[in-house]
Amino acid sequence: MPSVKIPRKSTDTDMTPFVDIAFLILSFFIMATKFKPAEPVPVETPHSVSSDILKEENALLITIDGESRVFVNLSSPKGGSEKLLRVIEGINASRSLNLTPAQKQAFTKAEIIGVPFASLGGFLNLSPSEQKDFKAPGIPVMDSLNNEMVWWIAETKKAFAGEKLLYMIKGDNKSKYPAFEAVINALRRNEEFKYNLITSREEAPAGTELYRERNK
Amino acid sequence: MASIDTGGGDSGHKKGPGVKKAKKLSTRVDMTPMVDLGFLLITFFIFTATMSSPTTMDLNMPKETEKQDEQTEVKQSGALTIMLSKDDKVYFYEGELAPDGSNFKSGTFKTIRDEIIKKRKSVIASHAHDRSCEKIQQRAKEKDPKSDWQNACKDRDFVVVIKPTEDATYKNAVDILDEMTINAVKRFAVVKISDTEKDLVKATEGAGGIK
Repeated sequence: MPSVKIPRKSTDTDMTPFVDIAFLILSFFIMATKFKPAEPVPVETPHSVSSDILKEENALLITIDGESRVFVNLSSPKGGSEKLLRVIEGINASRSLNLTPAQKQAFTKAEIIGVPFASLGGFLNLSPSEQKDFKAPGIPVMDSLNNEMVWWIAETKKAFAGEKLLYMIKGDNKSKYPAFEAVINALRRNEEFKYNLITSREEAPAGTELYRERNK
Repeated sequence: MASIDTGGGDSGHKKGPGVKKAKKLSTRVDMTPMVDLGFLLITFFIFTATMSSPTTMDLNMPKETEKQDEQTEVKQSGALTIMLSKDDKVYFYEGELAPDGSNFKSGTFKTIRDEIIKKRKSVIASHAHDRSCEKIQQRAKEKDPKSDWQNACKDRDFVVVIKPTEDATYKNAVDILDEMTINAVKRFAVVKISDTEKDLVKATEGAGGIK
């Protein structure tokens, strides 16, 4: 009886294409993801069931941190620094701050502003790394007669006239309500009634009206 | 030596007894750990990428108007007033505040949802159909004929009045606004708290031992 020979095949497969694919996907993800820029002011946003994703548009971001200090941050993805320059020039003129051109340039590069108008010039003289370490007192908003937020909004509105501008409010969980109310009042005084509150995503609780609506 | 030799290609090219054979090592590397690492990194990136997407909650405030005829009328019977205070406590009353404060109750953010649902149900139950109701139904029908537009008018009188105190946090305000979305409350307003209500909140807090 001749024995039947079963050809012995090696059990180890060539892993190279597998590795290729793995690293291809990996490099795609690294390229595609945008890292969250380090926040100049750490803020822990509350959760909400809202599911609208934040759009990248011209926006005036008002940040309220855990100690109820208020900051502003302008972002104009399309307009560039030109628009920001127009804002600071407007502030300079309307509040007669006598800022130098260098200080105005510094404003366009500043990450976040959280100082009263009186000390804005001094703040802009600092180098970017010094600005980061600077303990900002926040923009005064609580005094309804001297709510400096009103001016910031007014000048931003003027600079972005005819363009879409979002008013985003990013508040910390622990910030007090009166600070938020003061910001809203400043917006209202500028005839602005539509805002975007930045929140973290949360699912609709089961058994509620919204849950039924979404799972229809 | 021969036992370690893995080379498969030496088919007898011996050059002599003094010549040492060059060891032929396999060039194949085990790729499995590399693949493991690759996929580990992929999973890491996928998770971190989707976790931190901030969403936005639209908030529309009404224009402040002094004119009487432009102001929205609210039926007292259908109103639920919610006050926000410190330590994430909420206080609420239905309809009008009784002079002795007997309908003034306290709760938490966990219990307030049930209160909202309960109030909404009772408003719907006591709903009386009238002429202005048909207009609302018509509008709902035009907007989306498939929706149950017949019921569009039933919670018309239901309105939630939100009154945050100075001790409330921003989180409380967002939470209660969120609660409006969750429970599909169509009409709600954020209003400044009155002194009577403020005193009542203070008194209740004092009795409850919250400083």
